[in-house]
Amino acid sequence: MKRYRFRRWLRRVGLYASVILLVSPAVLFFLWMLSLSLKNELDNTAYPPVFIPHPPTLANFVDVFEKNDFLTYTINSVIVSFSATGLALLLGVPAGYGIAKAKATKAAALILVARVTPGLSYLIPLFLMFQWLGMIGTLTPLVITHLVITVPIVVWVMIGFFEGLPGELEEAALVDGATIWQAFLHVAMPLARPGIMVATILSFIFSWNNFIFGVVLAGRTTRTLPVAVYNVLTFEQISWGPLAAAALVVTAPVLLLTLLMQKEIVAGLTAGGVKGG
Amino acid sequence: MSTATAAPLLRPTVARGHAYARRYWAFAAPAAAVVLLVILFPWVFTIFMSLHDWKVTGETPFVGLANYAKMLQDERFLWAIVRTGWFTAGTVIVPMLLGVWAAVCFASQFKLRGLARTLFVLPMMATPVAIALVWTMMFHPQLGVLNYLLTSVGLPPSSWVYDSSTVIPTLIMVETWQWTPLVMLIVLGGIASLPQEPYEAAILDGAGAWQMFRHITLPLVWPFIMVAAIIRLIDALKTFDTIYVITLGGPGTSSETLNILLYQTAFAYYDLGYGSAIVVVFFLLILLISMLLLRVRQREAWR
Repeated sequence: MKRYRFRRWLRRVGLYASVILLVSPAVLFFLWMLSLSLKNELDNTAYPPVFIPHPPTLANFVDVFEKNDFLTYTINSVIVSFSATGLALLLGVPAGYGIAKAKATKAAALILVARVTPGLSYLIPLFLMFQWLGMIGTLTPLVITHLVITVPIVVWVMIGFFEGLPGELEEAALVDGATIWQAFLHVAMPLARPGIMVATILSFIFSWNNFIFGVVLAGRTTRTLPVAVYNVLTFEQISWGPLAAAALVVTAPVLLLTLLMQKEIVAGLTAGGVKGG
Repeated sequence: MSTATAAPLLRPTVARGHAYARRYWAFAAPAAAVVLLVILFPWVFTIFMSLHDWKVTGETPFVGLANYAKMLQDERFLWAIVRTGWFTAGTVIVPMLLGVWAAVCFASQFKLRGLARTLFVLPMMATPVAIALVWTMMFHPQLGVLNYLLTSVGLPPSSWVYDSSTVIPTLIMVETWQWTPLVMLIVLGGIASLPQEPYEAAILDGAGAWQMFRHITLPLVWPFIMVAAIIRLIDALKTFDTIYVITLGGPGTSSETLNILLYQTAFAYYDLGYGSAIVVVFFLLILLISMLLLRVRQREAWR
């Protein structure tokens, strides 16, 4: 009995040690990012490195917004991600419903192809098309290309969700004389609200994080945040404090969203490994 | 949300009446139209362009398969394939091993499990560009925090991304840090859906933790592991942000994968015809590999 207890204790210790080992790279990385953004330039280039900012300063964040047009880029990012997510919901929720109801595996496969294709490969023809249409330098091409990411995410999540719903309620509505559109709007949609939530969060995050489309299609004034933060690195003297602060500004909304909505996000990601780009 | 949704495609479907199914097509029509416009149109057009000598300005004469022939003699392209292979192998195998380990850990009950899991997932949700910039600062040979940590425990400093012999392993490390969580989540979903009875029986028989993992968890979760592997493989081949921001394919071309070469060809040298031909080959490669894996996955399901 004693040996059994000892083994159980050992297993417990092993588990906690594993978890600490697994989680610490993520935690330490983000702490270091925060530390860089809160230190002055002297401390940031000190060797050995200064770990805890003393005293912490917000000067780097002020710098980011004063010396660069970060406010414009933030607005750009908000417009692009919200529009791309909104449009994707409008298109993708009914599509997910239709595909789930019709059990259209082939249509689902088409969505999978979109998931598989490298984002860059759409870009050559779309770049030319937007050039011919004179749309380069506006936000429209960005919104349209971001649909490549958001629509498959929404459809994919919604297929899984609608398949999991019991069909009896809709069938009852159909028997009572409702059309399939009414059954969808008034019966299935309200039931699927948690799924729509998951789809919204995921498609917003992956649109927000997207870099590749912006790098090719954005002009000087239409940069989204990820593109803007990359340009801070390339076109300015490299100074670590403002750079880390800028990086934090870009990714903070997503990190906060993840912390607040962790249950929904985990559910959505577990459901099929959706990821954009 | 049930984990049975893991991948609608990978499950057998029940055939229903055609008339029943057809009524629901209207729901998918708008999305299908957009997909055709934004996804399929570029495809057709890319194939068309790959048959031409297409620069951004000037004439675009038809050249047949010349762009494809050029690829076979282009050493830079061939090396990019080799490099993509090596990078992909690393960024699939390491995250798969760590991800399965993490999933087994996170499937157990312990204090603060929810918080630990959320913290573990953060790297994959964070903006890749922002992350890559911070890694770049950490890799700095003289002032970077990583070399400080190495030397303070008595190890020699590394040249990280500044040397052609260490650049790909370093990038593999960054990708592993970022994408192990996705593997963990998919496998964790699998473990959560397992029945409890086999474990109870095994405990009664006096089986140890490793035996239970080896003979119960692993075989039952195998389909989920395969799904995670397919997804990881495709994402690994597509990696762009991390490499572009940290090294831009350098030093020299020593971390130039297919995706980076593709970007350089099309948007730095503006050789759109050749770039399109690379896209076609690249896409066929990805499609081939994912179909191959789907077949393996299906054969597993038959057993």
